[in-house]
Amino acid sequence: MNKNIFVAILAISVMACSKDNNTATDNNAKGVLSVEFDNIVGNKTLQLNTGDYINALGQSFKITRLQYYISNIKVTNEAGVEYVVPQDSSYFLILGDDRSSRFAKVNVPEGDYKKLSFIVGVDSLRSTMPVENRTGVLDPTGDHAGAGMYWTWNSGYVFFKMEGTSDAVPGAAHKFYYHIGLYGGSDPASPTINNIKEISLDLTQGGISQVRSGFRSNVHLLVDVLKALNGQTNVSFAEKPTVMVDEYSRNIASNYVHMFAHDHTENGVKDESEL
Amino acid sequence: MKKAAFIAGLLLLVVACKKGAEVLPDLSTLFTGFIKPADFPDPVYDVVANPVSEAQFELGKKLFNDARLSRNNTIACSSCHIQSSGFTQHGHDVSHGVDDRLGTRNSPQIMNLAWNKAFFWDGGVTDLDLQPMAPIENPVEMDEKVPNILEKLRADSKYPGLFKDAYGTDEITSSRFLKSLSAYMIMLISDQSKYDSVRRKQAIFTVAEQRGYTVFKKKCASCHTEPLFTDHSYRNNGLAPSAINDLGRYSITLNASDRYKFKVPSLRNLQYTGPFMHDGRILNLAGVLDHYTGEVTDQGTLDPLLKQADGSLGISLTDADKSDLLSFLNTLNDHTFVRNKLFEP
Ligand code: HEC
Ligand code: HEC
Repeated sequence: MNKNIFVAILAISVMACSKDNNTATDNNAKGVLSVEFDNIVGNKTLQLNTGDYINALGQSFKITRLQYYISNIKVTNEAGVEYVVPQDSSYFLILGDDRSSRFAKVNVPEGDYKKLSFIVGVDSLRSTMPVENRTGVLDPTGDHAGAGMYWTWNSGYVFFKMEGTSDAVPGAAHKFYYHIGLYGGSDPASPTINNIKEISLDLTQGGISQVRSGFRSNVHLLVDVLKALNGQTNVSFAEKPTVMVDEYSRNIASNYVHMFAHDHTENGVKDESEL
Repeated sequence: MKKAAFIAGLLLLVVACKKGAEVLPDLSTLFTGFIKPADFPDPVYDVVANPVSEAQFELGKKLFNDARLSRNNTIACSSCHIQSSGFTQHGHDVSHGVDDRLGTRNSPQIMNLAWNKAFFWDGGVTDLDLQPMAPIENPVEMDEKVPNILEKLRADSKYPGLFKDAYGTDEITSSRFLKSLSAYMIMLISDQSKYDSVRRKQAIFTVAEQRGYTVFKKKCASCHTEPLFTDHSYRNNGLAPSAINDLGRYSITLNASDRYKFKVPSLRNLQYTGPFMHDGRILNLAGVLDHYTGEVTDQGTLDPLLKQADGSLGISLTDADKSDLLSFLNTLNDHTFVRNKLFEP
């Protein structure tokens, strides 16, 4: 590239940025904030069925299914004021086999946001609401395009589901199933375990989210699903090929809170094709 | 009064009655909506937000009896919950589903469900509206998916019209489907046993029944609490672990103190509902009483009420107590309920 042109472009883009920064924000106007859940495995992009991966214990594996609920999105602006997205529009099901499901898109007031938080899973309030208030990805009877993210025999959503194969799993099919859920149950006198996890991410390093009406700000997260298996607990496919309603589910849930890392933010986006 | 006038009057009365019997509809088939029996507590199911209309009730009844709710269109809810058996699968220890596959638990009664805060022997399902999904999706029960059922119903010649009658439009949604089944099930109220009549001062116990009631209140009622005959809690009543080592409530909560605990069942309509206990292991009521007096085991979570001060386990009952208890339990059978025409398809 010609050096002059490069400098010119740089200048324009700096100007563009500073222009953005100087625009006064209007608290009544809303813009689109999208959180992108970009699934990766270690330093590779996730390739369902074909990608070969290896866990911390040296066991190789493939992932055939990956899906999780994201809900209750909140953002905090530079002044420290928190905005809670209305609950009714704050439930998303991220499906590893459907790229279009990777964005959790919400409307928030114009502003510069330095912190993002959300829940992995479905909160207890929604988990006990009448069925008519649970539509779309939350419809317990819907098979969510085969996702099957509801336990009918222990009422509640499956928050996180990872399935695959590993030669380390005994048996002919070599399959592993990690279905993590449980919200505490609806009976305080006889509670279940609670695997609801809130994730909080500081956006200042990767770029704050500048939400402006008419534009979209995309907070791009890299979700390293290997971290669900490696970390505080190194999950062994040989020893724990199936984890569902199981005390051990706590370990996987505690692992997967570390999956989410903010990579960068794309502000002033006009069209999804730019992402 | 003159004799002739009296006879004339009597005649008139007889005629009136006879005529009445011909023109008045059979009261038992009259739809009244959900009416809480005066001496029952407030229901848990939200009957205010979900008032039951006759159209919803009839739709729910049709669905409950429709085998198309199963994968191969062979098993209906009513296959395992049979009215004449108090809505259980009488005579089966564990349930039989599609392709004759066996479940692991005994079908409980579908009765007075509006007062249940949780369903199944382990209380795993916490909302009646969501309950049908469990047998529908269970591979050993109906092995089907709700979205498939909705497709079958939409393609049917009658259902769209029935949904329209019940909900105003002919749209068949999962929530309407589930609410209809609930509408039918919460109407299955059993409150016409002799015991209920005695409570309402319309009948009196025999001497033996009265003695049995006294024993019951002392030895059984802290778990099988009146008037529903359950306190809706999870308890271990001392059964030895089953062949498949069913851990009961523990499989839901994963709390070690819940091992081998099961939901306290109601004791109404036992005449129709045997065999007894979560896996149908006890064949008759004499066997149940023998369990409480002599076969209680402690798996570490035995209910404290079943541990005597002297360290012995179970409940002490004399032979006379047992016989009186059986007389009392017999007053909990509600013939009107199992024969109610309104509940029949
Ligand atoms: C194959 C037999 C079978 C079929 C078919 C079946 N059930 Fe059941 N039902 C059972 C068994 C067994 C249980 C107890 C299961 C447990 O506790 O784990 C049960 C439990 C229930 C309960 C809970 C009652 C309580 O007090 O806890 C309800 C309500 C119920 N069934 C309704 C239905 C409905 C509605 C359908 C049709 C959609 C249906 N069942 C189909 C066997 C069956
Ligand atoms: C400590 C609480 C407790 C006490 C006291 C108790 N029960 Fe039970 N009962 C239970 C529980 C829990 C079950 C279900 C157990 C299971 O299936 O695992 C049960 C089951 C039953 C059943 C089987 C019902 C069915 O539908 O299968 C009968 C009948 C019964 N009890 C009668 C009695 C009588 C009679 C007494 C008094 C002599 C009594 N119980 C005392 C807790 C209790």
